[in-house]
Amino acid sequence: MSQAHRILYCHCKHARVIAPEVKEGVLKALCDSGAAFDAVPDLCEMSARHDPALKRLAAEGELRIAACYPRAVKWLFHAAGAPLQDGGVEILNMRENNVQEVVPMLLNGAPIVQEQTA
Amino acid sequence: MTDLTQQNFRVVLYEGAGGETLPTDERFDMVSALLDEGLVVTRTARDGVVAPDDNADTLVLGRFEDDSLVKCIRGTERLHVRAWQAEPAGEVAAQARELASESGGAVSEGWKPWFPVIDYDRCTNCMQCLSFCLFDVYGVDKQDTIEVRNKEKCKTDCPACSRVCPEVAILFPKYGKGPINGDVVREEDIKRESMKVDVSALLGGDIYSSLRSRQKDARERFSTERDESKALLERKRCLKKLQTQLDIPDEVLMTLPSVGDIQERAARAKAKRDRRLAESQTVRDEKKAPSVDEWGI
Repeated sequence: MSQAHRILYCHCKHARVIAPEVKEGVLKALCDSGAAFDAVPDLCEMSARHDPALKRLAAEGELRIAACYPRAVKWLFHAAGAPLQDGGVEILNMRENNVQEVVPMLLNGAPIVQEQTA
Repeated sequence: MTDLTQQNFRVVLYEGAGGETLPTDERFDMVSALLDEGLVVTRTARDGVVAPDDNADTLVLGRFEDDSLVKCIRGTERLHVRAWQAEPAGEVAAQARELASESGGAVSEGWKPWFPVIDYDRCTNCMQCLSFCLFDVYGVDKQDTIEVRNKEKCKTDCPACSRVCPEVAILFPKYGKGPINGDVVREEDIKRESMKVDVSALLGGDIYSSLRSRQKDARERFSTERDESKALLERKRCLKKLQTQLDIPDEVLMTLPSVGDIQERAARAKAKRDRRLAESQTVRDEKKAPSVDEWGI
């Protein structure tokens, strides 16, 4: 089966804000699925360094990101001078959602309805 | 903080044409090991899409069906290839990290990335953070917009500037609680607008003038009572209150500049802010609305 969207996974290496079982579970499921994906050690750290890889990762096209809060991810990319595209990006929150919720959305694209900012 | 001049480095775990498909547990072990070494990883698949090529230094890692792919890649300047057979994933990942370092590639270090991230959808450019931060983390760009200029000067685990932001526009993604961690901003968070007043009110008005006032009061008390221990207690109580309210870690308080430095920095920040705001005002004034004639009415 062809995979039209890109997948980006953040390992959040430098803090324990994402439950280890969620991080590990999502990565394991990605590896088991046979899907192609990009994975980064820590988006925050890369943003702080203005890592040029973020421009490649933010490139146009449908993108699903497994990381943390969508607002944080959006502005981390922006802070690194690599803003995410306005459309076609779904951000899945491993801080709030469990493996069973994140993985199907990451692979099959059933979107989480994010609560809107007040 | 890690070197900001490092180059782009990418590890590709290759399982496309000419490469073997890895057993899933070995794939997981290798990706985990590479991430733990601070490397950016791409796992390819025959029908999958990944981030595009961007001339990054690239290490292609895989079990190749024959050596034609290896021969094809080897020798080019920015492409490296490593056939991986039965070596432990950790060992291969450590070698990959070494190669990245030799190539000047970006490798994630042990630094806990703690710095403010501005949500420009919410920020009103009020410059409260610029005035408040004592560590020169904030600055203003050429368009008079607030920016995070010196991330490395931010004090780890201190979210104080976020707490005084009237628009809840400053995030610390590694923070434990919302909305500072980037969680959705709720109605009750918006009410923290009043907290701006509370924080100022905490020390009886403007924080810096209050510090000056307290210093003056303390001097007067010293002159009459000469009770240094009482003054010290008062100062500690005041700082404790501020610390609790803004969630400032002990280590940050320990590194606070002297009162004299604080006053000097506050004056500098205020002058900078006033100058920027005045310049913005001048630009706006110069762009007055066209006259009736100019409108052609």
